[in-house]
Amino acid sequence: MTVMEKAWIDIGALDDIPRLGARVVKTPLGCIAVFRADNDEVYALDDRCPHKNGPLSQGIVHGRTVTCPLHNWVISLERGTAEGADEGQVRTYSVRVDGGRILIDADVLLARTN
Amino acid sequence: MKQKLVIIGNGMAPGRALEKLFELAPDAYDVTIFNAEPRVNYDRIMLSPVLSGEKTFDDIVIHGDGWYIEHGITLYKGHKVVEIDREAKTVRSEPGTVASYDKLIIATGSLPFILPVPGSDLAGVLTYRDLDDVQAMMLAAKAGGRAVVIGGGLLGLEAAAGLKEQGMEVTVLHLMPTLMERQLDVAAGHLLQKAVEARGIKVITKANTKQIVGSDIRLGPARVEAVELEDGTRIPADLVVMAIGIRPSTALAKGAGLECKRGIVVDAGLRTSDPDIFALGECVEVDGQVFGLVAPLYEMAGIAASHLAGDSEPRFVPSATATKLKVTGINLFSAGDFADAKDRQEIVLRDAARGIYKRLVLKDDRIIGVVMYGETADGAWFFDLLRKGSDIAPMRDTLIFGPGFAGGGPADPTAAVAALPDEAEICGCNGVCKGKITTAIDTLGLKSLDDIRARTKASASCGSCTGLVEQLLKLKLGDRYNTAAVQPMCGCTHLGHDDVRRLIVAQELKSIPSLLQELEWKTSCGCAKCRPALNYYLLATWPGEYQDDGQSRFINERVHANIQKDGTYSVVPRMWGGMTSAKELRAIADVVEKFAIPSVKVTGGQRIDLLGVRKEDLPAVWSDLNDAGMVSGAAYAKGLRTVKTCVGTDWCRFGTQDSTGLGIRIERFMWGSWTPAKVKMGVSGCPRNCAEATCKDVGVICVESGFDIHFAGAAGLDVKQTELLGHVDTEDEVIEVIAALVQLYREQGRYLERIYKWTRRVGIESIRQHVLDDLERRRALHHRFVYSQKFAQIDPWAERAQGKDAHEFRPLADLTRVEAAE
Repeated sequence: MTVMEKAWIDIGALDDIPRLGARVVKTPLGCIAVFRADNDEVYALDDRCPHKNGPLSQGIVHGRTVTCPLHNWVISLERGTAEGADEGQVRTYSVRVDGGRILIDADVLLARTN
Repeated sequence: MKQKLVIIGNGMAPGRALEKLFELAPDAYDVTIFNAEPRVNYDRIMLSPVLSGEKTFDDIVIHGDGWYIEHGITLYKGHKVVEIDREAKTVRSEPGTVASYDKLIIATGSLPFILPVPGSDLAGVLTYRDLDDVQAMMLAAKAGGRAVVIGGGLLGLEAAAGLKEQGMEVTVLHLMPTLMERQLDVAAGHLLQKAVEARGIKVITKANTKQIVGSDIRLGPARVEAVELEDGTRIPADLVVMAIGIRPSTALAKGAGLECKRGIVVDAGLRTSDPDIFALGECVEVDGQVFGLVAPLYEMAGIAASHLAGDSEPRFVPSATATKLKVTGINLFSAGDFADAKDRQEIVLRDAARGIYKRLVLKDDRIIGVVMYGETADGAWFFDLLRKGSDIAPMRDTLIFGPGFAGGGPADPTAAVAALPDEAEICGCNGVCKGKITTAIDTLGLKSLDDIRARTKASASCGSCTGLVEQLLKLKLGDRYNTAAVQPMCGCTHLGHDDVRRLIVAQELKSIPSLLQELEWKTSCGCAKCRPALNYYLLATWPGEYQDDGQSRFINERVHANIQKDGTYSVVPRMWGGMTSAKELRAIADVVEKFAIPSVKVTGGQRIDLLGVRKEDLPAVWSDLNDAGMVSGAAYAKGLRTVKTCVGTDWCRFGTQDSTGLGIRIERFMWGSWTPAKVKMGVSGCPRNCAEATCKDVGVICVESGFDIHFAGAAGLDVKQTELLGHVDTEDEVIEVIAALVQLYREQGRYLERIYKWTRRVGIESIRQHVLDDLERRRALHHRFVYSQKFAQIDPWAERAQGKDAHEFRPLADLTRVEAAE
């Protein structure tokens, strides 16, 4: 079986992000918000609300969603989609936790052409 | 001729494998076992009851000496195997015994993690793995004294309970914010902590051990004396038990050249990289997973036995496992995956009065996770549904109630209360029975919950019977009773703001997780609407006790600045009463240039707004402003904002009082207070009212004879002139009345309800009565306000300039200078 190994980048410790909180990772192509849910699952999304580019990393995290601080759009952490009546989507990134460290898919460094 | 089977390790997994093997192929092998421990196979899971004194070693033996004789097994007790020679197919033990094998099973189990901190090798520091550890602990406990258990997982808590049972004073240190976080969600972790603490065990979470402190070696061999945490706290200890986790014991296998990663790598048939060598139990790794609970280990044992007996069909596929805590009196069960996710739903049952919490996580109409606390009898049933992947759609409505209701139609909620006899007690606090309530509804024509509370006292104290009372109303009045009369706080609860506030006091709820549990919230961690409200209510109710939850605050209050449309922030320093000085203005000018702040604006509240500050710069900006004596203006807060003043008798030819001085005095007294919504004040030195005090939340108009106090104005979405609260003669009285007014609003206001809306709801007369006319009440309110200010008047900017919440202002990582790997 040949599987292309994904390359992962260590971006910090799980404990660096408060539960129900978020931190920002700067990349050459803009900021990514990394969220920690109450069960310690971690999600990574573009730090830009599809509505008016609000920084999602600054929102209140609840369940698997975040509420944007600018106009209260609720964004799914898993899919990046706007919940409820609003429509829009932000890009999500693969991220995982291994031994207390947070690893993000190295593709974040590649040009985000799509 | 029989083949020779050698087993290294005599734990539960190889014991089970042998039982199975003797069943399948009784005469296939001559068996030799090397056991590093000087004893027979015993039930390691039951060590905790041995420690707590509920069982003895004899009670937990699985295979007595007779069993080994009966099956012709050679058991070397106390023989640790130190070498496997794969060429010669022999193993050699420490005392020098050599045995040859045709097939070998490695079952070396696991080793406990030892914290890599100074002092971890001191006498009196133990781990919790085997009977030797338990005996050492029991010996230490005989002398009494203090024990510290590091690790609030399954083993740590069992050790703590056992040591407490043995008469020691026990403290549990846990690195994470909640206990057993790998098996429990936050709500259940919180309940568990309460139960553990109720047994007299101290629990410290977020406890990062820095070192273990030993006694002075000049006084004899060093023994443990205390555990020191990263924050400097020292906890005296005569015994330290480390129960922070285990890792597979692989050294022997590695030495023999077998493939090892985290554990000894085996395939689904439990074979290592050498086809004649099997490995099973806690020492192995299958598909990248390692195992610590008994169920998968027993499953491995059965599969290895089949292979040894010649059937190479069965394959080990890791499946969900269930966890139970073996502490008498604490019932807890968890299994599967209970994380929330988009494609999952949850069914939550909370029965606060009985301390019950049950949560099922569903995906595609199948149970994938179970957490149960308090009542776990149905755990096995749920776990069975989980493992089988049964479709639960047909019984979904009653699923959470367990197998007794499975498949039954959804019950009419009023049926249960209808079936109660008239003598059944509804309200336990006030001893009100069903008949009294139904009679009152009939004879007095009561129509609402408030009517019932007023006439019968039912549901008027702790409120936990509110649901029952509402059902009685519904039963009696049918559709005429509108249950939605109380607007719920949000979709997470059926309770309104006032109910929640009343219950926080009645049930002494002091944290968000405990509140969500006790008030039976429908979501596991609330939402962006209720959490900020709950945080405020708890903060206002328990000054000095409640620990503010930053994650439940809107960003502006979390970082003490106002977010702008482009993600930058604005910074507004306090200018007391609108007064400033050359020194302050110079410092502001310097900060603007130093941090290239793009806009500087004068606000309507008589101060200066610095707009467009980058988040990373905030602490440094604040530090510079602090140096010039300025503190946060709280321009972002649901709290005291500004006290706008005119120049009063200082300069104005019409001024009747020192309005500037009074405004500054009010602001200095009130700053830092949190309120349901923002509070803006004004003080005008004469009725010409240049400070526009009569459209503020609270306004003072100075007159020759003293001060007119106004309140409940608005000049935003709504524009409304203030109401006159009353007249007082002195500045001291102004301060006392305003403090009492704001405190009453703090206690009665609903989150985000401005003072004018609160006033409209409760009535001007009732407020005037409390804060002006009734001197005793006024003073009590004033006193409560003063008390809470003790904890509120700390400049949040200074704290953050000194490093508090540093994570808020720094990126987690900066990858802008990292090249992508091609």
